[in-house]
Amino acid sequence: MTHKRNAFGRLGQTFAMFRNGKSVAGLSILGAFCLVAIFGDWIAPYGPLDKDFTALRQAPSWVHWLGTTHMGEDVLSQIIYGTRGVLVVGFTAGVIATFIAVGIGVTAGYVTGWRSESLSALTNVFLVIPGLPLIIIIASQYENPSLLLISSVLAITGWAWGGRVLRAQTMSLRNRDFIQAARANGEPLYRIIAVEMLPNLTAIIASSFVGTVIAAVLGLTTLAFIGVIPITNLNWGTILFWAQQNGAFPDFWWWYVPAGLCIALLGMALSLINFGIDEYVNPRLRSAGERARAMRKKGFVLSDRVTAVRPRATDDDSTRQ
Amino acid sequence: MRFILRRTAFYAFTAWAAITINFFLPRMMKGDPVSAYLQKNQGRISPEAIDSLRTLFGLDSTKSLLEQYIDYWQLLLSGDLGRSFSKGLAPVTDVIASAIPWTIGLVGLATVLSFALGTAIGGLIGWRRGSRADAIVPVATFFSTVPYFWMGLIAIAVFSTTLGWFPASHAYDKGTQPGFSLEFAGQVIQHGFLPALTLVIGSLGGWILGMRNMMITVLDEDYVTVAQAKGLRPVRVLINYAARNASLPQLSSFAMSLGFIVGGTLVMELVFSYPGAGKLLLDATTAKDYPLMQGLFLVITLAVLVANIIADVAYAILDPRTRQMEA
Repeated sequence: MTHKRNAFGRLGQTFAMFRNGKSVAGLSILGAFCLVAIFGDWIAPYGPLDKDFTALRQAPSWVHWLGTTHMGEDVLSQIIYGTRGVLVVGFTAGVIATFIAVGIGVTAGYVTGWRSESLSALTNVFLVIPGLPLIIIIASQYENPSLLLISSVLAITGWAWGGRVLRAQTMSLRNRDFIQAARANGEPLYRIIAVEMLPNLTAIIASSFVGTVIAAVLGLTTLAFIGVIPITNLNWGTILFWAQQNGAFPDFWWWYVPAGLCIALLGMALSLINFGIDEYVNPRLRSAGERARAMRKKGFVLSDRVTAVRPRATDDDSTRQ
Repeated sequence: MRFILRRTAFYAFTAWAAITINFFLPRMMKGDPVSAYLQKNQGRISPEAIDSLRTLFGLDSTKSLLEQYIDYWQLLLSGDLGRSFSKGLAPVTDVIASAIPWTIGLVGLATVLSFALGTAIGGLIGWRRGSRADAIVPVATFFSTVPYFWMGLIAIAVFSTTLGWFPASHAYDKGTQPGFSLEFAGQVIQHGFLPALTLVIGSLGGWILGMRNMMITVLDEDYVTVAQAKGLRPVRVLINYAARNASLPQLSSFAMSLGFIVGGTLVMELVFSYPGAGKLLLDATTAKDYPLMQGLFLVITLAVLVANIIADVAYAILDPRTRQMEA
């Protein structure tokens, strides 16, 4: 019984970074998008490429909730099917990038001397080299790049930020007492890293994963919009590409506004998750506002010129005194 | 001195890495579009230009990879990036040189403006923590997650097509000769306003959030409490004690995110048909103009490196500790 509760307690601890309003809100929105992606076939009223030549460029109506394209395709169905493309590429890129970031970042933080320096230099080179032009050039050399290739390229150009943060955090963990103790006990290196270090890095790993997914989603939709990715891969960027190519701007707003809003909403959800993690890692971020409001209620103004030692005397206070 | 040496070594290494990537990219290319192009246009290209293209794209199969690499460096050092296929075989360096000032002017100005404005707003929100100003945070987040290009399209739809306040494309009116006249300057401002505004709004959020979070962390430090306890003017505490320290990580993340910013702005230029490096790169991609693509990637990367160096110098000026390490 106690054992079980322990296991649950530990599980709860692992997910503690998600237990705040912001993370929950973000995760709910993300969950909704995931459901749409998984059950897209059932939710979508039409096929994404079903053409209805009797209803071209129609404004939203009960038949087509988000209107139709120049070929009579249902925009809502395209967005629902497009969710899948966005999420699959975003998460695949996020997973690949997180593996690279953890591998290189933690190693660079744990080893010392020239090994650490050279891994750090490698990370910085990837940070400095502009990713998108590189992706455009690579993608333009393939006739029909696969989803895995696109995800990998997005991951290779996007892992460096996480790697850098992980290296810094590992370096600060390396000399803590419990790591020293584990080393003194003669624990093997992989155990020190997997059992002692990684649990303390989960929050940062999670936030770098979420960050990479945001970047990958933006990267993918951008690439699709400029037409580097084949249009057979349906995602929100492709919808914008078609809209741009077929003169949807500015009159046929139902064609291009929803797709952009979806990108923003997904990005917002992921950012909210990251804010939650940030506040978990750095509790001051959350408490600062609350503390300041509490102080103000008591009559202290934190940014005031005079450092108040006791509450400022208000009118009725002074009469009482 | 050590600091400068280390940074110099790093930048030299990064520049080398970028150039080497540029060397290997066309060599990994499938098929051989360049020699196909050369065959088709025999007689139109001078032998020297063909030679340099052969070196740039690794068509000299007789030479070893190392020899090719040395030849490649010699070409780069002499400033030869080959001929552009889509621009009537003009030297790539000339084509890029005509586009790059527009990008640096627009993107550079917008980025610096957004960084300064975002840091100032973020600092103030952090300073007045817990007040109504916190409401800016979610708004800023929303705008920072909207893709640049989409915001640009919306801006065009609203402000230029519907309202007609600003021109929707190009850097100046058609038919005007670029020159140092008041009329031309006015046109440049009018054409650049909308793209610049979109860039600023799109990137502002990130700077606000970063600065606010740093500010809140710094304001809990003892030296801020001491400064307030001494009875210093709040403005002085805000600027010289809190903001100065909080802006340091901001500056290093500025340097690090430049590559990312540049990526976003390239597409921006496509949306606004702005005649800069980004539009050029995308045009080159559609036209399969490989020499121009390679040259642009190199120039963009080197420009980002230079911007990084500037950010580093600013960091050293703001943070005396980096200078003390020299002693």
